[in-house]
Amino acid sequence: MLKATVYVTIKESVLDPQGNAVQGALHSMGFQEVGKVRIGKYLEVNLDTDDRAEAEERLKAMCEKLLANTVVEDYRFEIA
Amino acid sequence: MNFGVLVFPGSNCDIDCYKAVEETVGQKVEYVWHTETDLSRFDCILVPGGFSYGDYLRCGAIARFAPVMGALVKFAEQGKFVLGICNGFQILTESGLLPGALLRNRTLKFRCHSAMLRVENAGTPFTNQYREGEEIDIPIAHGEGNYYCDAETLEKLKANNQIVFRYAGSNPNGSVDDIAGICNERGNVLGMMPHPERAVNQLLGSEDGKRMFTSILNKWREQHGAAAIR
Repeated sequence: MLKATVYVTIKESVLDPQGNAVQGALHSMGFQEVGKVRIGKYLEVNLDTDDRAEAEERLKAMCEKLLANTVVEDYRFEIA
Repeated sequence: MNFGVLVFPGSNCDIDCYKAVEETVGQKVEYVWHTETDLSRFDCILVPGGFSYGDYLRCGAIARFAPVMGALVKFAEQGKFVLGICNGFQILTESGLLPGALLRNRTLKFRCHSAMLRVENAGTPFTNQYREGEEIDIPIAHGEGNYYCDAETLEKLKANNQIVFRYAGSNPNGSVDDIAGICNERGNVLGMMPHPERAVNQLLGSEDGKRMFTSILNKWREQHGAAAIR
């Protein structure tokens, strides 16, 4: 059994309105040191396999097909 | 002419679409459950608004893999008419039937009000009863209607005259180039964020959406050698 964590973020070139709103809130609270804030998604995926290479390949397919919309999002994952 | 209205778990504008067809063109219309795999009896499919599969993950991301979507892609390839409204538009971009993606509104607000649209292309099967440049009053209701595509795709859309509607006046969601609706290269698939099915009677505040449906019937009759409707 492998556990993967997948991170999906809006591409750097694409506006992230949620991130901007949080950035504004942090500034208004006095956290002036905050530069850019980006909001993304965090997914935990349990995989019924012990084959890391296979898991990696399958995760890539999952991300490309469903978990991220590669028109506007980037993804990365870690396998524990 | 036979209309089908797709119904996903969470669709909530399906009834409006069904009624709009009845009210505007009085043609045969039926609901099509998302598990259906045969769309061959239809001439036009409406992909309605709502929150398909709760829109968990992303708007339209899960619906895109519903069994009916394979049939819809084939349906579109045959040149039959597909109109995606709001969540339907999001599903069409997720499925690759239309380019680009829909992002959260720039203002982060869910916008629900009437909006003026400019008809940029009156030559599609969906807009032939409008005049080019005409401004029409069609309501919007969305939180993620911010159309995005990269610069190269935008150039292509412009070059092929695929931008069908733009917001006239203020842009409610921050979409690229004020885009409110686009079609595919062939012109038989249209996606738009505003809701024409909610503007088919003065009782609803506007009947400017009516002509989208009469346009579709008109085009279908033209293709099938029947008399056009006025």
